[in-house]
Amino acid sequence: MVQYNFKKITVVPNGKEFIDIILSRTQRQTPTVVHKGYSISRLRQFYMRKVKYTQQNFHEKLSTIIEEFPRLDDIHPFYGDLLHVLYNKDHYKLALGQINTARNLISKIAKDYVKLLKYGDSLYRCKSLKVAALGRMCTVIKRIAPSLAYLEQIRQHMARLPSIDPNTRTILICGYPNVGKSSFINKITRADVDVQPYAFTTKSLFVGHTDYKYLRYQVIDTPGILDRPFEDRNIIEMCSITALAHLRAAVLFFLDISGSCGYSVAAQAALFHSIKSLFMNKPLIIVCNKTDLQPLEGISEEDMKLVMEMKAEAMKTVIGQGGDPLNDEGVLLTMSTLTEEGVVSVKNAACERLLDQRVELKMKSKKMNDCLNRFHVAVPKPRDQKERPPCIPQAVLEGMAKQQAAEKEKRKLERDLEEENGGAGVYSASLKKHYILNNDEWKEDIMPEILDGHNVYDFIDPDVLQRLEELEREEGLRAEEEDDDFEMDGKELTPEEQEALAEIRKKKSLLIQQHRIRKSTAESRPTVPRKFDKEKKFTSERMGRQLSALGLDPTLAINRARSKSRGRKRERSLGRGGNDGDDAMDMDVDQPNKKLRARSRSLLRSRSMSRPPGEVVAGEGFKDSAQKVKALKLAKKSVKKRNKDARRGEADRVIPTLKPKHLFSGKRSIGKTSRR
Amino acid sequence: MRLEKCWFCSSTVYPGHGIQFVRNDAKIFRFCRSKCHKNFKMKRNPRKVKWTKAYRRLHGKDMTQDSTFEFERKRNRPERYDRNLSENTLKAIKKIDKVRVDREARHHALRMKGKKAKEQREAAKELEQGIHMVKAPAVLEKEPSLTLPKIKVKVSRPQAEENHPMEE
Repeated sequence: MVQYNFKKITVVPNGKEFIDIILSRTQRQTPTVVHKGYSISRLRQFYMRKVKYTQQNFHEKLSTIIEEFPRLDDIHPFYGDLLHVLYNKDHYKLALGQINTARNLISKIAKDYVKLLKYGDSLYRCKSLKVAALGRMCTVIKRIAPSLAYLEQIRQHMARLPSIDPNTRTILICGYPNVGKSSFINKITRADVDVQPYAFTTKSLFVGHTDYKYLRYQVIDTPGILDRPFEDRNIIEMCSITALAHLRAAVLFFLDISGSCGYSVAAQAALFHSIKSLFMNKPLIIVCNKTDLQPLEGISEEDMKLVMEMKAEAMKTVIGQGGDPLNDEGVLLTMSTLTEEGVVSVKNAACERLLDQRVELKMKSKKMNDCLNRFHVAVPKPRDQKERPPCIPQAVLEGMAKQQAAEKEKRKLERDLEEENGGAGVYSASLKKHYILNNDEWKEDIMPEILDGHNVYDFIDPDVLQRLEELEREEGLRAEEEDDDFEMDGKELTPEEQEALAEIRKKKSLLIQQHRIRKSTAESRPTVPRKFDKEKKFTSERMGRQLSALGLDPTLAINRARSKSRGRKRERSLGRGGNDGDDAMDMDVDQPNKKLRARSRSLLRSRSMSRPPGEVVAGEGFKDSAQKVKALKLAKKSVKKRNKDARRGEADRVIPTLKPKHLFSGKRSIGKTSRR
Repeated sequence: MRLEKCWFCSSTVYPGHGIQFVRNDAKIFRFCRSKCHKNFKMKRNPRKVKWTKAYRRLHGKDMTQDSTFEFERKRNRPERYDRNLSENTLKAIKKIDKVRVDREARHHALRMKGKKAKEQREAAKELEQGIHMVKAPAVLEKEPSLTLPKIKVKVSRPQAEENHPMEE
């Protein structure tokens, strides 16, 4: 049960908001999709789930509200009364009761409708039932909306109540309005209460904390109380009355001697007497404030009399608490908050009185007996004057003495050496100074770690010499054994044979090269019959040359080839006499048209004879070789695409399939298919 | 400072070169250059990659077992410095190297022993089989030696024809 922290109550939602929250949660957290084709049990289950879920949520939320708001009977009576004063207890209870009823109603509704849903026979009917159920639940909530709003307001106000611990040391400040209570609390604590010249500046309780003798005291500032019958008091005054009534605190009754608060001393005394019943069992101190305006000694006779009466009353409380009856200084004090004289002494007096009272009470209670025993420190009494120092064994003493001596001699450190020889940057310590070697001359030796691509450390071996000797012996033996075989098979080729071989190899490589070229250009090269032989590979001269290169006499073969070809044309011309005697297109017409033949051959040759690819031929229209090369490149480029598309030429525009299925059918996995 | 061996190609990795890769099972792989490193990342087996020492040893191209290899062994116990020992070791290293190189050369020679004869045989065969490409069989019957015929090139028309390309 929360003691005095009302800040942790969850927010009470508005009626409408409440409904919205719950319904939207139902919407989100339960399955949403249902079709009328589902089986009936599935439909029923679906809607029942929704109804139950909504009911559960309402139940949960309403329960939290009910539990989190404090029950006025269970909390400290001070808070109970305070809450009653501030928000009517009955009203409060009623609101909470309404919430409770609403909760029960909703549970009932849900139960009833779930029962009905069990017999729903169609989607529509189940749905209507669910709608009805949720509707009724929401109506219930709508009806309690004003209670919810009220509770929310209370919650907000409660959160801002000062956190007063009713059980700890407390000092209460009371008195007429405007007497200087808030100024006092501002002075002794870090509280920052409004101080204004009009009455009822302080409208509720304020708490400050102050320290005295290492203990923390709560100081509570109350709104001013007027002298009125109890029933007529307003809420603000009732706050202070409640505080006075329930808190076990030291009470500082403030008195304005100067009367600048607007009320005379008499009026204040009257008030005092009317509420003195509340001061029962509380250490009371009467504080006369504003002594800078009117010192205590300077007041009138009647006022002094009244003050003395009050003091007498206060004394009674002192006696009642078992304090020193003769000490009346702690009962009536004067101070001025403006000049700050006497403020601290007032505080001290109050704290002291309170502390005494509390200690008294505690001493009287049962628990103290347990505690008292714990506070006893036992000290052995000395029985004689003999000195008994601590015992240290002799060896340890000697060791300690020696160590001290050693420290006195102080051996030379490396650091000192470094400093002698020029400091940190100049001198670098010789790390090899303390090496333990067989021969001290070796200390400064530098040994290589790497030699000829080997790690020297890998070769170190105590008997390396011996093994090396063995190795060399082995090597010597092997060298002797090897006196042998340079195999000279006398199968050397003669120079002519070598020439022939070279020639063969050259021819072979040429063939391979040619084959490779033809293979790589096979795709873009047309297969042409021999009679359209552009490169003149199949002429009789060539044949003649090749044959003679092989060592044969070609004349016979050439004549035969020519006779054969000539034979065809000749027969024709002979047979037809002069019909088409002027066939100037004959390439192989011989002697009569030798010149023509030569010319035509040269014409043809000029185009197709292998020239370097970029050579500019006069009639072709190129500026220079670079342009021709570029033109050739462009030509090849344009052909490549057509070859790839298997088109015979520019005019070949065959579309194998006009409407391929894969482009004109099929749905898209995402998006629209409004264009293809 | 140590010279390490590249895990892939077995060449020496000098300080300041290469990359060292430590696997999750704490095995260290050192590479002499990015070529080996990339091959390793491609998960290639050095025993199958022709230019590595692992391949060469496995396929008998290089000498595998030899007493000269036993001189070089990683010793984990540091020895106290001894000048004489160091001197001897340094001299020994050079001699061992020489011996090793000699032995490797011998191994190589042994491997290449039959090469010349084989080449000659192959050449003779090629010549015999391919002689028809340079010498016609008819000529071969007349003159059975495997030498090229002396060519008498008969050019049927005069060479001056070649120089009139633009005559049109």
